[in-house]
Amino acid sequence: MTRDETFLQFLLRMGDNTLILGHRVSEWCGHAPVLEEDIALANTALDLIGQTQMWLGLAGEVQGEGKSADDLAFLRDAWDFRNVLLVEVPNGDFGRTLMRQFLFDAWHSIMLGRLLKSSDDRVAAIAEKASKEVAYHLERSSDTVVGLGDGTEESHRRMQEALDYLWPYVGEMFASDEVDAEMAAAGVAPDPASLREEYDSLVQRVLTEATLTIPDSRFAHKGGRDGRMHTEHLGHLLTQMQWLQRAYPGATW
Amino acid sequence: MYAQMIKTAGTGVKSREEMTEQERAFQDKIDADIKIEPKDWMPDDYRATLIRQIGQHAHSEIVGQLPEGNWITRAPTLERKAILLAKVQDEAGHGLYLYCAAETLGVSRDELTEMLLDGRMKYSSIFNYPTLNWADIGAVGWLVDGAAIMNQVPLQRTSYGPYSRAMIRICKEESFHQRQGYDAIRKMAEGTPEQRKMAQDALNRFWYPSLMMFGPSDKDSVHSAQSMAWKIKINTNDELRQKFVDQTVPQAEYLGLTIPDPDLKWNEERGHYDFTQPDWSEFFDVIKGNGPCNTDRLAARNKAWDDGKWVRDGLLEHARKKRARKVAAE
Repeated sequence: MTRDETFLQFLLRMGDNTLILGHRVSEWCGHAPVLEEDIALANTALDLIGQTQMWLGLAGEVQGEGKSADDLAFLRDAWDFRNVLLVEVPNGDFGRTLMRQFLFDAWHSIMLGRLLKSSDDRVAAIAEKASKEVAYHLERSSDTVVGLGDGTEESHRRMQEALDYLWPYVGEMFASDEVDAEMAAAGVAPDPASLREEYDSLVQRVLTEATLTIPDSRFAHKGGRDGRMHTEHLGHLLTQMQWLQRAYPGATW
Repeated sequence: MYAQMIKTAGTGVKSREEMTEQERAFQDKIDADIKIEPKDWMPDDYRATLIRQIGQHAHSEIVGQLPEGNWITRAPTLERKAILLAKVQDEAGHGLYLYCAAETLGVSRDELTEMLLDGRMKYSSIFNYPTLNWADIGAVGWLVDGAAIMNQVPLQRTSYGPYSRAMIRICKEESFHQRQGYDAIRKMAEGTPEQRKMAQDALNRFWYPSLMMFGPSDKDSVHSAQSMAWKIKINTNDELRQKFVDQTVPQAEYLGLTIPDPDLKWNEERGHYDFTQPDWSEFFDVIKGNGPCNTDRLAARNKAWDDGKWVRDGLLEHARKKRARKVAAE
């Protein structure tokens, strides 16, 4: 891969994570347990879609084929998506949605913190804007995970089930490959493996307060970041998200 | 505003002689445009009517998330998706201000929610219509928010302080929504033949339901006269409907779309458009629960509330434990 091709892969990984998670969170619209959560979920989705516009916008520039962020979002097939599997798993109940959010936010906030010092100014500028939003996402998802983990017997049980279900999807966020090695060598982005220690200590602290137990296994499902093998869920998500663009090619909206 | 057919409590406007001294002082304040605040004395009927009206408006904001949410996951561009998310978020926020305004009258948000869920309270008839193509999202902003604003702008001057202040905030955001909606449908009207077809189809389906939002004629209603004397209703339904038609016809002409009313024409003498009334029997069907989406909308709200019970209970229990730990530590 050329340097630009590698850089493109990195940008797609960032932008596809926020796009797919933003889509998932937006599915909650109007169905949340309480009005404040409807507002917070819409707000989180909105931030993530805004970040997607920045990451995929830059990806289109770097790619140099005249593609816009919308082209990349709406006209790629599943195998071209580079998001981690964690963000494409279905919402489940509110507990699973917030647990997934927390597990992602914790990684996202550490990642963006490192990207503030990226050797690429455009990356650093996006990280600067996104990190402020994500600091709030992490605060909210941590509080909710603690509140529900240390709530009633039922809420505790549901949160533990959510953690057990999602934990095997955590490891992929820290799996390094040659794209990461090249980005790290160029000072554009950190090696994902180097975020794990900080992540574990953050997650451990919050989950302990939530009275939840992290599963013993370090087994990790993989295949999203390199597009080798997404879950069956991504195709359905794209079917819905991309429908208008696919059904009416060339129209402007 | 999204309140329709609000039954004004009481028996109609009393003459000054019929009023008690307290009622006279209350009416004098309203006539002098002095706001009524939560701790001020107010007639029970004024309080009851306001609770119905504000509650119905709040419920409409909440149920109104559903027809728009129906398209969030299918929005055709990232920007349109972001705009729609922001709008729906605003609407949930409006619901929140309005429930807070209602709470100052002595009714809790949970009580109001339960009355919505078991059908004792209504929400605007408009949200019982489906959103079937992407242009509907534009039409909702343009026509539905447009009709809502007609009512809400005068209500910024309503006599009840918390309601008036909520309306002032809401109006700012609603006029932004209306512009966004018009922009979205304009893009469709100027687009491909298929997009134009979607835009016209949306107008065809939303025109009469939008006119219904103002409610049936109330020019001879004693209940409306009382609400107007209390300044919780500022204009008659017919005045607002006319104003809406007069404003909207040129906007549709600009888009090159046809309003589905063959008898619509400018009346030079009146200085207004003449137009066909909506089918009021359809309106009463919708109000009674027989609109195209009533069952689904209410089922969706009930499901959200039932499925969310463990979350609300969990968070309350956590807050209780935290307080207990704090007390134990002191």
